[in-house]
Amino acid sequence: MRAKLSVVALSVAAAFTLSACGQKEAPKQAATPAAPVTPAAKPELVVKLGHVAPMTGPQAHLGKDNENGAVLAIEELNAKGMEIGGAKVKFELLAEDDAADPKQGAIVAQKLVDAKVNGVIGHLNSGTTIPASKLYADAGIPQISGSATNPKYTQQGFATAFRVMANDVQQGKSLGEFAVKQGLKTVAIVDDRTAYGQGLADEFKKSAEAAGIKVVASEYTTDKATDFKAILTKIKSTKAELVFFGGMDAQGGPMAKQMKELGIKAKFLGGDGVCTPEFMKLGGPATEGQFCSLPGMPLEKLAKGPEFREKFTKKFGAEIQLYAPYVYDAVMVMADSMKRADSVEAAKFLPMVGKTKFDGVTAMIEFDQVGDLKGGAISIYQYKGGKLEYVETLGGANPVDSVKADVKEAVADVKDAAKAVAGAATAVGAVAVGEAKEAAKAAAEAGKDAVKAGAEAVKSAAEATKAAAEKK
Amino acid sequence: MDIFLQQIINGLVQGSIYALVALGYTMVYGIMGLINFAHGEVVMIGTLVTITVASSLIKAGMPVALAGLAGLSASVLVCMALGWGLERIAYRPLRNAPRLTPLITAIGMSIVLQNLAMMIWGRNYMTFPSLLPKVDFEFAGANFTMIQVIIVLVSAATMGGLLLLVYRTKLGMAMRATAQNPAVASLMGVNINRVIAAAFIIGSALGALAGVMVGGYYEIAHYQMGFMLGLKAFTAAVLGGIGNLAGAMLGGILLGIIEALGAGYIGDLTGGFLGSHYQDIFAFVVLIVVLMFKPSGLFGEKTGDRA
Repeated sequence: MRAKLSVVALSVAAAFTLSACGQKEAPKQAATPAAPVTPAAKPELVVKLGHVAPMTGPQAHLGKDNENGAVLAIEELNAKGMEIGGAKVKFELLAEDDAADPKQGAIVAQKLVDAKVNGVIGHLNSGTTIPASKLYADAGIPQISGSATNPKYTQQGFATAFRVMANDVQQGKSLGEFAVKQGLKTVAIVDDRTAYGQGLADEFKKSAEAAGIKVVASEYTTDKATDFKAILTKIKSTKAELVFFGGMDAQGGPMAKQMKELGIKAKFLGGDGVCTPEFMKLGGPATEGQFCSLPGMPLEKLAKGPEFREKFTKKFGAEIQLYAPYVYDAVMVMADSMKRADSVEAAKFLPMVGKTKFDGVTAMIEFDQVGDLKGGAISIYQYKGGKLEYVETLGGANPVDSVKADVKEAVADVKDAAKAVAGAATAVGAVAVGEAKEAAKAAAEAGKDAVKAGAEAVKSAAEATKAAAEKK
Repeated sequence: MDIFLQQIINGLVQGSIYALVALGYTMVYGIMGLINFAHGEVVMIGTLVTITVASSLIKAGMPVALAGLAGLSASVLVCMALGWGLERIAYRPLRNAPRLTPLITAIGMSIVLQNLAMMIWGRNYMTFPSLLPKVDFEFAGANFTMIQVIIVLVSAATMGGLLLLVYRTKLGMAMRATAQNPAVASLMGVNINRVIAAAFIIGSALGALAGVMVGGYYEIAHYQMGFMLGLKAFTAAVLGGIGNLAGAMLGGILLGIIEALGAGYIGDLTGGFLGSHYQDIFAFVVLIVVLMFKPSGLFGEKTGDRA
């Protein structure tokens, strides 16, 4: 009987763990917004857009935020009424829940592929976006993520993968630079072992080590943990000046709090995953004065930002958590590409996604050859008095490119000037051969000066380029 | 050395929380041989009810300590009702069914309760109001807080109280009789329906208490928080010998300490091959080892193989 009990107990424990996967699926139907009633009279072109984010589990609040961004965009598109190929288009959102779980992500991705969606917005997490992107690529369905920042997502060579924010190479670098600027010498790095957390922590580590900061501890947790005392105790013994966390707010908040409880004096720094109101709510006073980063510029500094915030809070009665504006832009870019291609067929409008030049809420959206946002900026924020306060923006608008353009222009100017001088000299020479020689010489001298000045300009511009490149 | 001490304290507190939850499991198992997998969800509901009641009372201007007490009583009452309801609706009709049936029902109830909580309280994390003044202590380089001391004391006191209840009261005697043989007990005039209902109610009240402690410690709560906690506490109960009150306490504390030390030292021990995120495997490795070599647990006794 005893042996039997043990078998039963074990199998029950196993069944229970498995049931966790099953139960995550359960509320999916509830999460899918009811399709609005369609007037049957006019023939309409129904465009199905899939949206995937965790609607259950520890990141459900962020998933809901993303979905709200998509819902807002789709409502606006439908209200505005778009015509493609002569037919009125009605956008429909197929919202799916991946529970931030890579396995679940692939399952719902297949579901969307089977449902023959025209495009996919999402997923939220890098860890779910990357495996899902293969399924979309195989089916030729364009995918725009509004929040997956791991560089790998667009580096797999899929023509269908796009994102509307800077990736973690940029973010990790900027955070590393920022840590250096704060005069910190030692850092302990913690990540949650997800594609996002690990990727960000690795990029940060590279950038910090390159700048001479010493990494004194590398610890790991999971994206479901609530207790970090064991790893923080270990970090405490290393006397690190900074704790960097690659992960999400649901872990970051309690982590900051437990740092304080253990008497750790180190600063806390994190990426976009902890740059949320939720982080401060969960971390309490321990978050005061700490820093985090977000891709893009703060909404307040963007032309359409405040308007978007107002629309959003009015509609949902909730604060924007994190990526809602990016997801909103992702939907808009998808619709815009369809319009330019005058087709809703993935094969036809996909090439147009790559050629996007769309003035979105979050940025002027253009993609590079792999599908990353061109010139994505990273902004640093500080938690102050329960609010995220903007500190500075690093990178963005691609300074190297703009300086390069300046250099080109200067070079062209100099060339023109030289030509003009040469022309003037020959002309002068032709008119007056003898006496005018002096004058011509003077003119040539003047031309030489102009060329010299031009060269100087080129040189300084080149230096600026170099500096900018180094900074990057 | 101060790191080691700190890890022991971390583990002791974590383990006391496991122990508090494990006591609820063991209480029910000891009497009717049922592993009530919905117990973790009872703990979760205890936390969320306390948050709702205490936060709204604090907002209404009630002193913090009083509001906390009101929150605690409210959550104990709600959980007692919940425990009674669970037993009445889900388990009593299945009392004579094969033993796997109520187990599956228990898992079903756990999922129902999670989704119910998601519908009532939403998906977001909730913050537990700070009910206690923040007092930090330092001892030989290790830091700990007031709430940690309280957690350890409360779980020890609860175990003591339960032992008194089971071995020194009439109800306790009825419980032990029911555990030994329900048919004979009922012939002796024990109302076994009432005794089993009482076990569920007391177990759930303990769950509420555990919920308040967990909430007060981490100061965050979520509708899925009960799942992992319940599983770990179940492991602790099996480790100590399920059905045995002192065993649940010991199992909980042992498991907490094993986890803390494991997370703290696994990286160094395996040369970085396994990182600290493998913390959770310790609980389940322990479960497997115990089931393989000593299925009745450390303090295993007769109650272990009843039913």
